[in-house]
Amino acid sequence: MTVIAQPVVPTRNIATAGRGRRKATIKRWLPQMILLPSTGAIITFVYLFILFTLWVSLSKWTSLRLDLALKEPLFASYTQMFAMPRWHADLRNVTVFTALFLSIALGLGLFLAVLLDRRLIGHNLFRSVFLFPYALSFIVTGIAWRWIFNPEAGVNLLFQAFGLNQLLSAAGIPPLEPGWITDPAILIPVNNLLGTIFPAARELETQLGIPVALVPVVIAACWQLTGFAMAMYIAGLCAIPNELREAARIDGASEIQIYFLVIFPQLNPVTLSLVIILGHMSLKIFDLVFAMTGPGPGFATDMPGIFVFEQTFKSLRYNLGAAASTVMLLAVAAIIIPYFWMNFRRSK
Amino acid sequence: MRSKRAFLLNNLVAFACCLTFCSPTLSQAGDKGQVEIFSWWTSGGEASALEALFKVFRDQNSGVEVVNAAIAGGTGSAALPVLQTRLVGGDPPDTWQSHPGWELFARYIDPGYCQPITDLYKSENWRSVVPNSLLDQITRNGDIYAVLAGIHRGNVLWYNKKLLDKHGIKIGDKISFEEFFAAADKLKAAGVTPLAVGDSGIWASGDILENTILAKIGPQGWMDLFSGKLAWNDSRVRESIQIYGKLLDYQNRDHSALSWDQAIKAVIDARCAFSVMGDWSYGEFLKAKQIEKEDFGWVTFPGTENSFMVVADGFILAKNAPHTKETIAWLKAIGSKEGQLAFNKLKGSIPARTDMDRNEFGMYHQWSMRDFANSALVPSVFHGAAAPPAYLQSLSDAVSGFVVNRNVDSFIRTAAAAAKDNPTN
Repeated sequence: MTVIAQPVVPTRNIATAGRGRRKATIKRWLPQMILLPSTGAIITFVYLFILFTLWVSLSKWTSLRLDLALKEPLFASYTQMFAMPRWHADLRNVTVFTALFLSIALGLGLFLAVLLDRRLIGHNLFRSVFLFPYALSFIVTGIAWRWIFNPEAGVNLLFQAFGLNQLLSAAGIPPLEPGWITDPAILIPVNNLLGTIFPAARELETQLGIPVALVPVVIAACWQLTGFAMAMYIAGLCAIPNELREAARIDGASEIQIYFLVIFPQLNPVTLSLVIILGHMSLKIFDLVFAMTGPGPGFATDMPGIFVFEQTFKSLRYNLGAAASTVMLLAVAAIIIPYFWMNFRRSK
Repeated sequence: MRSKRAFLLNNLVAFACCLTFCSPTLSQAGDKGQVEIFSWWTSGGEASALEALFKVFRDQNSGVEVVNAAIAGGTGSAALPVLQTRLVGGDPPDTWQSHPGWELFARYIDPGYCQPITDLYKSENWRSVVPNSLLDQITRNGDIYAVLAGIHRGNVLWYNKKLLDKHGIKIGDKISFEEFFAAADKLKAAGVTPLAVGDSGIWASGDILENTILAKIGPQGWMDLFSGKLAWNDSRVRESIQIYGKLLDYQNRDHSALSWDQAIKAVIDARCAFSVMGDWSYGEFLKAKQIEKEDFGWVTFPGTENSFMVVADGFILAKNAPHTKETIAWLKAIGSKEGQLAFNKLKGSIPARTDMDRNEFGMYHQWSMRDFANSALVPSVFHGAAAPPAYLQSLSDAVSGFVVNRNVDSFIRTAAAAAKDNPTN
């Protein structure tokens, strides 16, 4: 941001030196002036509106007429929301989704990056192939994968076509017909386990665990974004000087040791960036889920984003929608602000 | 320096573009007058029905330009947010589509976005031809606010006649729950899925629930339930929710991945035998070249023979409508006999007036029109009429939960809390 003022050349006479100084002043302030409109716009349309949303979440606004009178007690909308079984399901889903999505996308991305970095045959082709899904919009991905995971269309027909079910029935095993996005079951329910620590968890109407219907959504999201993770890791791998590997080899490290002890630790900054970028995307996810499953069977795939949309625009509970948005903002802030803080300290 | 200048220039161009796009409709009203009509009728039959209505309007008012501001998306899922934004932003269309009842009251009338049209009903003499219980659904504080274009019926049970014949099941003029469950068991034993449901939009399952409740508490009980005189924990309501749960045991496994029309398709393709759906599904049968009473049949939902679950569509007059005169002419066209006939023949609904010639319509609609004139008309809750939007959202959420956990107590608790939070009087 700082502009280096041009040194005044000693041979110039006084008059030109004055012009030069004026020029320097303009040069110094020009960037600020150019930035001013967008800074003003950002302050208004981002930060003021965040404050406005915060206010709305405390207000009585539940009709098409703006009503900014504050609720009594102040946090009534939040209390109401945190008592809703649907919101419990949303929090469960977004946590499970983020955890599964991040670990699979990052793990697979790293794996593919290492493979491509080994210069296998056709690595140029595969690099593009893996990256292509990233160019699609979430809506397109969502609709395509909805059909793939429809129990009557998609993959189940493949099982049939490849004779998998005939094979199973010959072996006396019931046919494989997963319900995919229609399956309301919850894997690994933890209500009772949590209940030993927080007795309130036993009373929850929402089963905490991994909703089966969420798994196809995770697969679709990974399909779309693993390529992005891979590209980031390839960039990271390219930045690692070859001398490091050579040195490790001379020291007698095996190839596996080179990866786990030399290369991967060097990729930590890339991993951190990916966790931030993909993490905040997954906390805010709306379009993919909305197009693919909607709220899902028994809210098995409902997300805070869908909750905000339905509360605000379907039932006109602007205050509840704003409260959910505020919680989402806090969740995203919780992962982004430490990152900014770290960068800030490092650049200092 | 050059690049900086280019940068400035770019900024200016971008800014100018923003201004052009943000400025409210540059093409303001011409001299001849126009009317902007906002709806979510964009697909097949709906769009052509709307177009037919435009034609009637143009014939009656030559020279007035019709601006069709329709936005695609079933039940207004995409259109409503846009309408909301326009209303709050002070840029209302002249007229827009709304279900009668609470959707009309809570969304538009109470916040003051509509203008009463009671005088129009007087001058056109519509009060005598529109049933009173229907007028109640568009009347707020003594004033009438909407003109209804067409009436759909929600409590219809459709079936694949050939499939039922094959399994030796006969359906008479009406059907009881016992008969339905007997038939369903027989079909299930033969490997046919008895009930097709497509509840990717949860209202489709909600429609089954509302019909079941109506069957058990009757039309008067239904009105009492939503005016707060009958409690949700009434034993008959509880029983109906249990029956609803039992009905769900007979539904297709992939119900949550299907939309309502895909469920009807499953009946047409003989993958399922029955489907509970409003009569907008009639168009789906016709589209698939099915012949009434030969390929497919219908009967009122069990136990609701004397009721008509109304799912209606109306248009209102916006307060401070930019083109009030033209809009009133538009509302007149909708309410006229020609308008009602042109629209409903294509939309697959029936006219809101009782003085129409029934012979103009097909077999199904004659049946529906006869019942419309003789049955108790009740407002549907899952189509926005019987309860305010927030009440409806809570009920929909409760249905989403119930479809999976079948917890009757929890459902009743949520419904009762919603009734308490959203008083309807």
